[in-house]
Formats: sequence, C-alpha cells, structure tokens
Amino acid sequence: MTPALALKDVTKSFGPIEVLHGIDFDLHPGEVHALIGENGAGKSTMMKVLGGFLQPTAGEVLLDGAPARFHSGPEAEARGVVVIHQEFNLAQDLTVSQNIWLGREMGGFFLDHKAMRQATQALLEQLECRVGPDARVSDLPVSDRQMVEIAKALSRNARVLIMDEPSAVLTSHEVQVLFRQIDRLRAAGVALLYTSHRLEEVDHLADRITVLRDGAVVRRAVRGELTEDGMATAMVGRDLKDIYPPRRTDFGPVVLEVQDFAVPPLVEGIGFSLRRGEVLGISGLVGSGRTELAEGLVGLRPHTGTLRRNGAEVSLRSLSDAEDHGLAYLTEDRKERGLLLDKTLRENLTLSTLKRFGTPFLSRAAEEAALGKAIADFDIRAPKRDMAVGNLSGGNQQKLLLAKTMLPEPEVVIIDEPTRGIDIGTKSQIYHFIDRLAREGRSVIVISSDMPEILGLSDRVMVMRQGRVAGVLEGAAITETAVVRLVMGTSESEKATENA
Amino acid sequence: MRNLSLSTLGPLAALILLIVLGASLNDNFLSAGNITNVLARSAFIGMIAVGMTFVITSGGLDLSVGSMAAFVAGMVILAMNALQPSLGVGLPLALIGIGVALAVGLLAGLANGLLVTRVGIEPFIVTLGTMGIFRSLVTWLADGGTLSLDFAMREYIGPIYYGGILGISWPIIVFALVVVIGEIAMRHTRFGRYSEAIGSNDKVARYSAVKVERIQLLTYVFLGLLVGLATILYVPRLGSASGSTGLLWELEAIAAVIIGGTALKGGFGRVWGTVVGVLILSLIGNILNLANLVSPYLNGAIQGVIIVLAVVLQRKKTSAEGR
Repeated sequence: MTPALALKDVTKSFGPIEVLHGIDFDLHPGEVHALIGENGAGKSTMMKVLGGFLQPTAGEVLLDGAPARFHSGPEAEARGVVVIHQEFNLAQDLTVSQNIWLGREMGGFFLDHKAMRQATQALLEQLECRVGPDARVSDLPVSDRQMVEIAKALSRNARVLIMDEPSAVLTSHEVQVLFRQIDRLRAAGVALLYTSHRLEEVDHLADRITVLRDGAVVRRAVRGELTEDGMATAMVGRDLKDIYPPRRTDFGPVVLEVQDFAVPPLVEGIGFSLRRGEVLGISGLVGSGRTELAEGLVGLRPHTGTLRRNGAEVSLRSLSDAEDHGLAYLTEDRKERGLLLDKTLRENLTLSTLKRFGTPFLSRAAEEAALGKAIADFDIRAPKRDMAVGNLSGGNQQKLLLAKTMLPEPEVVIIDEPTRGIDIGTKSQIYHFIDRLAREGRSVIVISSDMPEILGLSDRVMVMRQGRVAGVLEGAAITETAVVRLVMGTSESEKATENA
Repeated sequence: MRNLSLSTLGPLAALILLIVLGASLNDNFLSAGNITNVLARSAFIGMIAVGMTFVITSGGLDLSVGSMAAFVAGMVILAMNALQPSLGVGLPLALIGIGVALAVGLLAGLANGLLVTRVGIEPFIVTLGTMGIFRSLVTWLADGGTLSLDFAMREYIGPIYYGGILGISWPIIVFALVVVIGEIAMRHTRFGRYSEAIGSNDKVARYSAVKVERIQLLTYVFLGLLVGLATILYVPRLGSASGSTGLLWELEAIAAVIIGGTALKGGFGRVWGTVVGVLILSLIGNILNLANLVSPYLNGAIQGVIIVLAVVLQRKKTSAEGR
C-alpha cells in the first residue's frame, strides 16, 4: 500500500548543525503512527518538515508516493496535510466560527455567517464540545482551544493529520473524547501522526511506533511490540561520554532548606534541602512546574511555605531580597528574560549589580574591569567588546549570562536549562563551569529537560510531575530508566519513590 | 565615540546644513540677536524634550506635556494673583510662583506615572486622557478666556525671561544646565542605564532585579518637573495662560526626541541628539521667516518631512543590525 505521506532519507540542517539524519518515515491511511522521543530529539523539526513548514536539506517528502515540495504550511494544507500545533494558530480576538473559516470564508462578496455558524456548530457537536460558534477564542480555556484547532483541521477534510502533543493540555475526559475522534478519523481512512509524552496513550492508540533520538530513528515497532518501559529505554538509551566532569564527594552543611513550598496555581507541597558544594538536578516534563518553583524560590513569583538559609528562616519577596541572601537565578529564556540583545556585553554583565559600580556616577573603568574578568573566567569569545550581545553565538551568550548571574557571587545558584540550543563543545565547558562553582563551595540547582545532562551533572536528582515532587534519586539510584519512570509517572514510579 | 553611523551623524549633519543654508540666505542669521532669539524659543520645548527623552527611552510616551504646561501656567498665575494683595509684589511672591510651578508639574507627572505603572494602562491612553483633562481644566479656570498675571507682578518677573548674565538670557542658561544634567543622567547614572534597559526589554530588566515600575514612574515625574521648570520661564514672557497655551508642544517635543535618534520603541536614548532635534525644528521656522524662499506657512510641512526622514534613517539602521 502506498503511504499517504512519507519521508525518504530526509536530512535537515540549521546552519552547520544537522538535526535530522537520514530519516525514513511513513504514514498510512487508516493508521495511527506515534512518534516519540525526548525533548530535543528532533520530533518538532520532523513534524515541521512533514507539514511543509520546513524544507528538507536533503532527501524528499512523498505525497501518495510522488515527490512533493511544499513551500509553506498553507500549501500543504491545501493538499490535505494538516498540522495541529502545540502553540495554537488561532486569532485570539476572533470568534470560534471566524477562526475555523479564516481564509476560506463561505459566501460571495458578503459573508454567509449563518452557513459558517451552522457548519461550525456541526463540527463542534461531532467533537462533543460545548463551545458556541460565536464564543471569542481569548475567552476559552486552553482545552477548548485545542478542540477548536481539531475542528478547524476536520473542516479542511484532512487526509493526513499531524498532532503535536494534543493531549498535553486536556483533562482526562477530554482526552477520551479526543481518542474517540482519533478512532473515528482512523476508521474514515485518515493517516494520523500522534506525539505525546504520556506513554500509556501511545500504548493505547498507536498502530505503529517510531522512536527518535538525537535526530535519528532508533527503533520501529508495531502495536504490542514495545511496553511502556521498552519505549522509555529506547528513548533515552545512550551512553554518556566524558563531556561531564567527575562527580564531587564531600559536601558541607545544608545551606538551603525548603518546606511545604507552593507557587500557585501549579506548584505545591515542595520540600527539599541542598548542601554546600552539591549539584541538585531537577527533572520533569516541560510544564511540570520546575521553572515556576525556581522563580518562586528567588522571589520572582508569589509563593508560600518556608525557606531556610543556613538554618535561619528568610522571606524573599523580590529578586533583590534573593540577592541579599546569596541566591541567584539564571533564566531558561536567554533571549527574552536573560539578556538585552541590542546592548553591549558590558551593559548586560553589570545590569543586575549596577549598585556596585558607583553612586551616583557609574564607573566605566570598573565595569570594563569586571567584563575583562568575566571574559577570562568564562571564556567568552566576542570579536569586539562593544558589540551587541544579539550578535554573539548562543554559547557565548549563555556564558555571558552565567557570568552576569555569578557577578554578585551567590552561594546558591539555580540554573534553568544551562545548555539549551548550544553546541556540544560549549555544553561541556558549561558543565565544567558548573562543577567549578560547586567545588568553590557554592551550591547549584540545575533544571534541565536534557536527560543526559541531568544524569551527568547531578549529585542528586529531584523529579517533578504536575507541580509536585515525584521522587528524589541519589547516588547509584540515578539511572536513566529510574528518572524517566518518575518523569512519565509509569506504574513503577511509586516504588522508585519509596526506594529514594 | 562608538557607533559613528549615518543615524548618529545624520541629525548633526542636517543641523550644520541648516546653519550654512541660513547664513547664506540672510546676513542677519548669524547675528547675536537672531541666535539668542532661536535658542530662547527652543528652550521651552527643549527642556520638555529632554524629559521626554527619558520617558520614550524607557518605553513610555507622554502626550500631555503641552496641556500640562498650560495647566501649570494657569495655576501659577491664579496663585500669584490670589496672594499678591497679602504679600505684595516682590521676591517672596515670585518664589511662591516658582514653587507652585514645580509642585504642580511634579504632581501632574506623578499622576501620569502612577496610572501607567500602578494601574497598568498604556502610556498612550493615559496621557491622551490627561492631555484632555489638563487642557480642559485650564480652559475652565479661565472661564473660556485668558488668565492674566497682574501687571505689576508681570513687570517684576519679566527679567526671568528677558534678563540674563553676560548677555546670555536665563532660558538659555537653564536649558543648557538641563541638557548637561540630562546627558550625565542618561550616560553615567543607574537611572539612565535602567531606563535604556527597560525600554530595550522590560522582562530582562525585571529578571535583572531592576525596579521597573519605580524607574518608569521616575521618568514621568522628572518630565513633569521639567514641564514646571519650562513654565516658570514661559510665564514671564506672555504673562497669561489660556486654553491654547502650549498647543502642540507635545508633538514638537516628541518630534525633537525622534529626530535626535532616540528610538520611539525605547531602549536607546540620546539627550544631546534631542537638543539637535529641537534646534533643527526651531531653525526651520527661523529660516523660513528670514528668507523669502518658501512661505512660512509651509513650516509644518517641512518639519513633517524631516520627522519622517529621521525615522526612515532609524529603520535602515535597525534592519542593518538585524542582518
């Protein structure tokens, strides 16, 4: 049988970095094909290639067996290939009906509002969705927006439907409705691609499974061939090279103790402690509340609970409070929260510690001296010192951000996604910086979606799931499978929690 | 000096070009009298524009400054007229006038700033509202007519506008001081650095422990104070205030800031550029009045062309950086 849509030996590079290596993949009519892999494995890139949003660097996309070159998403949609994106493509201020028919409005010179409303109503009823056609999208909860996206895809008579984690924002009842729709579409001969971090859903839905790791297909299986555990092992199974520093062994006293900590609305009941010279890894899915917890700890978000520094209870209401108590936070969003991209290295480095550089007049010389030291300490490679930070490579931006975060010399530093979007060489350098900080007697919390990074860096690992601590692993108990089980919440996770 | 680009030197080159043009068209152009006249007239808008530079640099906007100046002038005149019978004409009354001007300016700026930072309304909307409020208030206070300062007091404070030292009039001296203070504040203090950081990306500023709301509030208060200061120098010139006092000053001030190379979206402020912008706008009017080349009625049109040109130059710079 000819696949409805297929990739043949597809390679995709961004600049010098190749992110997809020779992928073969096919979607058959009347079949659900699940694509699974860790964050950063290349799933999103692959879906964008399938949906026409990215062009392959090499290899081809086949539609009904014939080479097809989509130049845009809409072009692919016109030929029956529809993607439901994780970040929704809905116009917030338009109604449900207006969104569904956007660009394909019914009627001639005057719009036929009645026909569009009725068609929308029919689609939504089919989806058991109680939203009215005239509801404004901005007023809808996220789960309903997801349903509107699906209704929009259905209205296009999609032959190939690509769903990027559709269940991530749905309640269990809504997931059941979604599954019924998927079954219905499958029976109607639609080819479906489904991705999810919830492996039990994959087990339930998928006729075939493809596992992606580091931009390559590492496993193909048909229904019943892989258990949830088998999927997890296939997803993470890779050896750690010596890009990681050796582990530290002697830790000092507890420097930070957190009890019954909550950051509404998502994070609650968090308790952990951190010793001097220790690296604590925090793992979990995107959306499990890791960043919210970190931002609560340093006073960027309203929070409740107890926080002790060196045994004394402290109250951190703002980032300056946190700085006064020796806490610092490095954001995961380098470009939007970390650095001023149109400013120079110097202006970025000193921004959060400007008080130390002279009152009332700033000392340019002191700032330049600090920059010189930062460049040396963190090996920042900038062609010119007075260039805009936005023109630095991602790795050098990250090193500068690390230097900026460490400028007030915090004793406890929380580093959120230390190496996102950074090449492997710079990654290793940053790991060694983190190790150096720990050996200097500081304590580091590393939040990361990169599994090898968590395993390679952490003295202890705390896993978060849905805003709570799913478990803590220490020493030899830190294994890939153990972490993945806690992250995914598979059946054996409770046992792992007890062992820790 | 860094970043010596077309957009930096453009306004300066335009200013020099205008001076050369003016000198070649009219012999009186470079006379002390004309230069003093141009500078003194530039001083009011200039001081306000220096304050506006900080507001715009930190990502804000203030449309209310023209109305605010009228309102401040009205309040000053009312206060002085009311107190003149008891205090008499003299220094105490003049000082009270100065105090009222600064206080009303400060409070007006505070009102704008609090609405923007505490209530969280967009600066454009807030100051569009207060623009109407201030102008309406002064019209109401004047009962639709003109508020006039008592003649004796007007005579007494006349030297504030017309006097000076070493032949340089007070408005010019005060303007120069404001510029120097503004330039230092922008380049060499935390206030200036934070203003640029907030305008560049307020989220990054917030994540860098910058007290974003406080700095934004300060920019509006600083601007309000400067409006008060400009009014102190303006009242002695005309001795009256009405619903049409300070009309369109806000647009001239904003135009001067933009022509001077400060980015309208914030993040990059240049006080000396603003001064160049103010002078360019004043010189265009002055040259049209002195020379018979083009009708002075076209003043606004030529200023408009300059503003659009300045923004086009800025855009070129941004797209070059994006590459």
